[in-house]
Amino acid sequence: MTDKLSLLLVSGTSDKLMAGAIIASGAIANDMDVDIFVSFWGLMEFRKGAAGKVKLSYDGKDIEKEVLQKMAQKKIPSWIDMIRQAKEVGNVKVYGCAMFADLMDLKKDDLDPIIDEIIGVSQFVAMAKDSKMTLFI
Amino acid sequence: MAEETKPTKIIDARGSYCPGPLMELIKNYKQAKTGDVISLYSSDSGTKTDAPAWIKKSGNELIGVYDRDGYFEIVLKKTRQ
Repeated sequence: MTDKLSLLLVSGTSDKLMAGAIIASGAIANDMDVDIFVSFWGLMEFRKGAAGKVKLSYDGKDIEKEVLQKMAQKKIPSWIDMIRQAKEVGNVKVYGCAMFADLMDLKKDDLDPIIDEIIGVSQFVAMAKDSKMTLFI
Repeated sequence: MAEETKPTKIIDARGSYCPGPLMELIKNYKQAKTGDVISLYSSDSGTKTDAPAWIKKSGNELIGVYDRDGYFEIVLKKTRQ
């Protein structure tokens, strides 16, 4: 059976979403399947058209300007494009959290097509249970 | 690089950062045929170690890693189906 990585993305800032996207890519390069479960601020960033704004978590506030400038200069792709690319290359599935979607009245159609399905937490835990690695970012 | 290993495909990923070049390599590798030679240009230092490691681990042939002018070139031969 193929090894699998389960990622739980809850944060809505680019540094954390990008970390998730990069680790997902690394997993693909290691022949792993990837399941990504997205909730809270993370899921808000997966709404259609929401992913364009680059912002950093509070940890990075003191160097935010410099980091954002460098990212723009070096044309670093957005985290959502990185996940798109990882999906093209390997078996990556992205799931929206049903609880948060209900809370915010988000339907699958409100979310970027990169989201494969809206699922409950128990389904994600079942996926994580069969994974080699599970990361909370 | 020797004449006989002329690449079937060149991927120019210069200016793209980790994991971009490696993802491009894997994507093209999957579309390639056994025996194809793929050359990856990258200016990202992570790729210089990541790509050869991936090529070896995936059971393919690493033809070489070459320092070019301001970038490097990694050449793989697809030896697996």
